[in-house]
Amino acid sequence: MFYIGKEDVKTEESGSEINAGQLDWARRFEELASQTRHPQLKAYYEAGAVAANTPIHQVPMIAMDFETTGIDASRDDIVSIGLVAMTLERIRLRDARHWILKPRTDLREESVVIHGITHSEVEAAPDLKRILEELLEVMAGQVMVVHHKGIERNFLNAALKRRIGEGIEFPVIDTLELEARLHRRKKPGFIDKLFGREKVSIRLADSRARYHLPHYRPHDALTDALASAELLQAQVATRFSKNSPVADLWS
Amino acid sequence: MQAEHLEIIDFLRRHQPFATLSEETLGRIATEVEVSYFKAGTQILEFGQLTDSLYVIRSGAVEIYRRNGDLYNRLSEGGFFGEFALLRHKRTRFPAVALEDCLIYLIPEAVFNQLFEENELFADFVEVEDRTRLRQTVARKEDANELMTSEINVLVTREAIMLDTRATAHEAAKRMSEEGVSSLLILHHTDAPGHPDDADSPSHPVMAGLITDRDLRNRLLAKGLSYDTPVTDIMTTDLIHVEHSQLVFEAMLAMLRYNVHHLPVLKHQQPIGVIALSDIIRYESQNSLFVVSSIFRAQTLDELKGLVSEVRACFTRMVREDANSRMIGSAMAVIGRSFKQRLLELGEEKLGPPPVPYCFLALGSMARQEQLIVSDQDNAMILDNSFDPDKHDAYFLKLAEFVSDGLAACGYTYCKGDIMATNRTWRKPLKVWEQYFTDWIDKPTPKSLLNSSIFFDLDGVWGKTEWADRLNRLITRKTRHNSVFLACMARNALLRTPPLGFFKDFVMEPSGQHTQSIDMKRRGTAPLADLIRVHALAVGSKSRNSFERLKDIINADILPHGRGQDLRDALEFISTVRIRHQALDLEAGNDPDNRIEPENLSDFERKNLKDAFQILSNAQKFLKYRYQPGRVN
Repeated sequence: MFYIGKEDVKTEESGSEINAGQLDWARRFEELASQTRHPQLKAYYEAGAVAANTPIHQVPMIAMDFETTGIDASRDDIVSIGLVAMTLERIRLRDARHWILKPRTDLREESVVIHGITHSEVEAAPDLKRILEELLEVMAGQVMVVHHKGIERNFLNAALKRRIGEGIEFPVIDTLELEARLHRRKKPGFIDKLFGREKVSIRLADSRARYHLPHYRPHDALTDALASAELLQAQVATRFSKNSPVADLWS
Repeated sequence: MQAEHLEIIDFLRRHQPFATLSEETLGRIATEVEVSYFKAGTQILEFGQLTDSLYVIRSGAVEIYRRNGDLYNRLSEGGFFGEFALLRHKRTRFPAVALEDCLIYLIPEAVFNQLFEENELFADFVEVEDRTRLRQTVARKEDANELMTSEINVLVTREAIMLDTRATAHEAAKRMSEEGVSSLLILHHTDAPGHPDDADSPSHPVMAGLITDRDLRNRLLAKGLSYDTPVTDIMTTDLIHVEHSQLVFEAMLAMLRYNVHHLPVLKHQQPIGVIALSDIIRYESQNSLFVVSSIFRAQTLDELKGLVSEVRACFTRMVREDANSRMIGSAMAVIGRSFKQRLLELGEEKLGPPPVPYCFLALGSMARQEQLIVSDQDNAMILDNSFDPDKHDAYFLKLAEFVSDGLAACGYTYCKGDIMATNRTWRKPLKVWEQYFTDWIDKPTPKSLLNSSIFFDLDGVWGKTEWADRLNRLITRKTRHNSVFLACMARNALLRTPPLGFFKDFVMEPSGQHTQSIDMKRRGTAPLADLIRVHALAVGSKSRNSFERLKDIINADILPHGRGQDLRDALEFISTVRIRHQALDLEAGNDPDNRIEPENLSDFERKNLKDAFQILSNAQKFLKYRYQPGRVN
């Protein structure tokens, strides 16, 4: 994933989503399937989404991570995608995918420093459009697992709009938001400031450390996807039950 | 595009058995890996569960158990488990539990099998690991061993707080809060003369009971009794106690068995402190897998017999972990003692309660806490003075036979000298035993003492163990200044001599002859124990363990300077060689014995053994000189 500054993490709206609770992605997918014109996207929506009351341990999931040229979805583009298939019980690397893509915007030097993907690599890489069919097939029927949905959701939506004139919506379980629910319930008060209590970091590496997950080097889309997948397993093992409905986690 | 799992490959590369594999193979494994997170405390594999993967610990720690719930191994990052199931019949043999939060990489069966078949180093490692891990468990090494070999002494951090029986509950409570303790020993100070046997020892206070916080709450406050209630009304009597030199885990077992939380600790019959369950919990870590607890859990003789291999495993493990001979001797003695105790319990269940009280005695090496893996059963019974042979002896004979046969089945061979409770001569009332000892001590002849020296190392293991204490007091009192007796004992202690040393692959005898092998017990540890016993009796030592006796002897300062320490080192070294060779026999699948062929000794052992034998030989000369009939010591 791209770097996320602390200030970039906006979680206010996620609080209301928890209360809304029962996002019905299955129904939303039916609507979208009837509205969309693009055949691959239509097929994706027609594959459906799991019912909101499905216990989390029965939900097929894909952990997803993007490396991008920057953090503005309207200007920047995707450079690589990592996908790892998982269930609550097992993360299956056999079914992992990793693409380097040729972005439609310039690969800026500062982003190269972060994800290490070079100009010559992207020059040889395909455009997202060429792998779109395969990507959507992998995503079909699955719930995405990401760390900070602001990136994957917005970038894929924008990237598709640019390429096929239509955006995409998809259900995600955001491990960052799950951490935020625990550590960002209220703003640090006067007393916290007085005693210098820092906000707990909910970035991927710090969140993982809280669950005693090992340190992985960040900024490789596939490794980050794996890292988010493991984090979700740990979060559910610690704070939810395997029978928690997916609606308690997704958004 | 082929996904490359950098973190997984990196991790595998750092750990055996994967480190030996090619980059290409590692990359292939990584793409097949599955990952799973287990929160601390969750069961990862259950017994009998079908499994399809090798479990490799990426982070965290896992405990592997035996089917019966005993801890078998503890693994951390890079450790792997589940290979037994994969190599055998796919069903989990060793359940696994996450000790810490764990991330597990699972390597599917197909990949594992392919690696196992195609890669010799990998296969060797997985299999060799099996065997060594069977023998060595981290937990046993780090935690269990501490308990198996630490004396209760280490738990006694302060003197016992004591109060007289005449005190009131209020005084007791006051004292407890002043001292900040949760228990108080109540002592009875007798003014009347004690038993004639004790006549020449000063009258010691007798432990009458123990009072705890809980007693004050349950027996005083809850009942609304007056604060002036005598402590004797609310104290716990019939105390279970432990000896200071017993092992910590014996104290723990005593607490478990009798469901008590406080145990007075005695040293030479005098209380030196009280240990609480919390002391042990603090001392012990979370694992306890002891042969002894299995012994007490065994419900039948067959189950007891089944534990023999565990006893042997325990022995070899201690040897491998460089436990000293004192630790091993006492651990083995505790195990032997537990076998006796459990057999007597089972015997009483089968035959009914004994018609009169009795005490079962351990003799010789077991009483000295110097038992090894090859051991005769030397035992005897003291019966109540009201014993009527016609009415009662049938019961005790049956009980003795039950125990003796049971011990034989558990690897403690019958005593060749017939010193066993099955022998009518050694199954007698207390007064007869007192007469035996009086005769041996007052009218000693080398011949009469020849076969009875073993009785001078005696220990009560079951029933009225206070009778054993009484015989021990009688021995101490009567032998101390008895030069005729000591001279006879000393003469017998010289009958077995050490060899001179080694020449090529032969044992050099003092006669100049060569022999092929040497009996380390007969020519080494036994004459040392005999010699030490004579000195111990001469200085009035109440200890039975040879090392303890040596301490008393050194303190009494009867040996030339430094010789006591030399003897201690000699005993330790000869014992260690004997123990090591028994362990080697066991590992080679042979029946262990006490015989050693010089060709199997290292140069280091040869050299040190020669020195040790020299020390023994010199000490025997000194013994002969010191204990001459008529000489006042």
